[in-house]
Amino acid sequence: MEKRLFLGDEAVAQAAIDAGLSGVYAYPGTPSTEITEYIQNSPIAQERGIHSRWSTNEKTALETALGMSYAGKRALCCMKHVGLNVAADCFMNAAMSGINGGLIILTADDPSMHSSQNEQDNRFYGNFAMLPMLEPSNQQEAYDMIYDGFELSEKLGYPILFRVTTRMAHSRAGVVTRPMKEENKMNCPEDGRQRFILLPALARKRFKTLLAAQEGFVAASEASSYNKYFDAPDKKLGIITTGIAFNYLSENYPDGFDHPVLKITQYPLPRTLITKLVEACDELLILEEGFPFVEEQLKGYLGTGLKIHGRLDGTLPRDGELTPDSVAQALGKEVKSFYTVPPVVEQRPPALCQGCAHRDMYDALNDVLKEYDGSKVFGDIGCYTLGALPPFRAIDSCIDMGASITMAKGASDAGVHPAIAVIGDSTFTHSGMTGLLDCVNENSPVTIVISDNETTAMTGGQDSAGTGKIQSICLGIGVDPAHIHTIVPVKKNYEEMKNIIREEINYKGLSVLITCRECVQTLTRKKKSAKQ
Amino acid sequence: MKADIILSGVGGQGILSIAAVIGEAALKEGLHMKQAEVHGMSQRGGDVQSNLRISDKPIASDLIPKGKADLIISLEPMESLRYLPYLKEDGWLVTNARPFINIPNYPEIETVNKELEKLPNKVVLDVEAIAKELGSIRAANIVMLGAATPFLGIEYDKIEDGIRRIFGRKGEEIVNMNLEALKAGYEVANKIHKS
Repeated sequence: MEKRLFLGDEAVAQAAIDAGLSGVYAYPGTPSTEITEYIQNSPIAQERGIHSRWSTNEKTALETALGMSYAGKRALCCMKHVGLNVAADCFMNAAMSGINGGLIILTADDPSMHSSQNEQDNRFYGNFAMLPMLEPSNQQEAYDMIYDGFELSEKLGYPILFRVTTRMAHSRAGVVTRPMKEENKMNCPEDGRQRFILLPALARKRFKTLLAAQEGFVAASEASSYNKYFDAPDKKLGIITTGIAFNYLSENYPDGFDHPVLKITQYPLPRTLITKLVEACDELLILEEGFPFVEEQLKGYLGTGLKIHGRLDGTLPRDGELTPDSVAQALGKEVKSFYTVPPVVEQRPPALCQGCAHRDMYDALNDVLKEYDGSKVFGDIGCYTLGALPPFRAIDSCIDMGASITMAKGASDAGVHPAIAVIGDSTFTHSGMTGLLDCVNENSPVTIVISDNETTAMTGGQDSAGTGKIQSICLGIGVDPAHIHTIVPVKKNYEEMKNIIREEINYKGLSVLITCRECVQTLTRKKKSAKQ
Repeated sequence: MKADIILSGVGGQGILSIAAVIGEAALKEGLHMKQAEVHGMSQRGGDVQSNLRISDKPIASDLIPKGKADLIISLEPMESLRYLPYLKEDGWLVTNARPFINIPNYPEIETVNKELEKLPNKVVLDVEAIAKELGSIRAANIVMLGAATPFLGIEYDKIEDGIRRIFGRKGEEIVNMNLEALKAGYEVANKIHKS
C-alpha cells in the first residue's frame, strides 16, 4: 500500500477514516488538535460526510461520541490529557454501559508540559475505569492500532483508551496505509436499556459485567502482536518499555538488544509475558513515557520483591519526558556533548503577538488597577495566559479551563476587591458559563473580562463555539444588561475601556466586559486565502 | 547515509518550511525519515526547534541524542547556539547572521558572533539580505536551505526537485524565484565548505 509522511496525529486521523469512522468529536488541545483538523480537511471525509465539527468541550465531545456509538457507528473522541478530567464523568460511566459501535477515546498526554499545566499520565484513568488501553510506540503503530482498534472495541464491547504523547503526536514519519473500510450502518442496541440506563439496580449488574470482562481484556493483551518479547543473552537485567520509550531504547542498541526486552503497547498488562521476563532476569528496568505506572504496579507498596529500576529509584528522572540521553544514562551508557551552550544565550519565552487584542485589554486593565490596592486578577487557559509574563505581569492565577470566573467569585466571597476574571471566548463557552451562573445567582461583586478574539487561538485558530453569541449567552444566563459592555480593544477606545472597568469595579455586583476583536493570526490567514 | 539535523529559530520564522522541502526530497529518495516538531504555546515568538532525522536505515528515536547531530540549521544566530550540546564534534552549524530581537535582554550581537567564530565548522550568512537582493524577502528560508544543502547528504538536484514539487501549485514564477534563492545560499556555503 501507499507510504505517506504523517504526523503521529495525522496517522491517527487517516487510520480512523480508513477504519470506517463516522464521526470525530473533540475540543482543541495541544498535542491532539491536528487529528480533528486533518479529518476536517480530508476530501474523502467530507465526501463521506464524517462528522468533524469542534465540540464545545471534552465532556460534550465524549458524550456525543458515545451517542454515535450507541447508534451503532464508529466514533473517535480526541483530547489533550487534561481534557479527560473534563470528560471524566462520561468516561467512567461509559465503562459501565459499554459501547455499541466501536469507540476510541484518544488522550494526547504532554510530559514535560510543552503546552500544559501538568503532566498527568492518563493511563491511570484507563486503570481507574478498568478499560483496555493502547499506547503505540511509533506513527505506523498509531495507524495500525487505530485501524484495528475500532474492531477491538466492538469485539470487547467497551471503549478503548488510546494514549499518545507529544513526541509521537508531533513527529512525522513514513506510514503505510491500508484499504478503506465501509462505515457501520445505524443500528441501536437491542439490550440498550439494560446497559445504558445506569440506575443503581442496573449499574450494579453492569459493574459485575465490567469486572467479569477484565479477564478477556488481559487475554486480548496477551494475544496482541503489539506486546512483544525480545530475547537476548544477558539476563542480569530485563527491560520493559511502554509506548515510545521503546524507540529510545532501540536508539541505544543499534545492533540489537543485550538484555531481554518486553515492549508493551496494549493494556491491561500482559501477565504471562511479564512473568516470563521476571522469571528469566535478575533485575528489571522500566522505561515509561510518563508516570511510573507499570513500575508502581510491579513494585507494589513494600517493594520487597525483585529489584526494579526506573523513575521511582532515581535511575530515570521522576518528571519530564524521556530522551534518548536519559535512557542511555539509565543503561549506564556514556552521553557526550562536544560543545556547551554559551552563557550569552538568553531565554526566549513565548509572547502575545504584536497587534494582539489581549495586549490592549491588559494595558487598559493594568492602568486601572494601579488605582486600587489589593486587586487580584484570575486568569485562564489560552494565549492570554501569556499576560502573566512581562511587560504585563497582569494575572495572579491560571489553573484550569474556566477557573478564572469561579476563583474570582470565591476570592470575592472571602473579601478580595477588586476581584477580576480574565477569560477568552472559547474557554468561556468550554467551562466558564456555568461559573457565570453561580456569580449571577449571588450577584457577586466580580468583574469579568471576556477577551473575545473569535477563535480558539492558542491551539492554532480553530472555530470557537460561541463566536457572535457571547453577549447573548451572558444575557441568557442572567447578567444584568446594564452591566454587560462590549468594546473593541484598540488604542482609540482606551479611555472608554478604562472608564468602564473602573465603574464596574466600583459597582458592588456582577459585571461583564466583552473586549471583542479578531485574533491577528486568523485575520492574516483569512486575508491571505482571500487573495489566492 | 544518515543526517541528523536540528532546525532552530524563533516561532513564526518558518523553520518547518525548510524541513518540508528536505523531507520531501528524502522521501522521494526512498530514505527513512523522522521529524519532531514544536506546536502550541512556544510558537508564539518563543524559541522553537525541530529534530529532522534522515537515514537509509530505519530510525528509532524521534529525538536526536546529544553530541550526535550532523548539522544545525538556524534562522537566528543566538538560537543556533542553544542546541550546541547536540552537535557532533565535526558537525556543521549553518545560521542566519541577522538577529531576531523580541526580548529586552537580547545580547550584543558581537558577543553572539564571537561564540560563532569559536566553532570549527560553520556557515554564517545574512539570508534576508541575499533574498532581498534576489527580489523576494519571502525566499529567505530557501536561501538558508541552499546554504545547508552541501551538508545534507542529498544531491543538490534532488532538493531542487523537492522545491518544484512543494511550490509547484503556486506557479512557475514562485518556483523559479525559490530555485534562485536555493542556488544563492548554496553558492555561499559551498565556497566555505570546500575552502
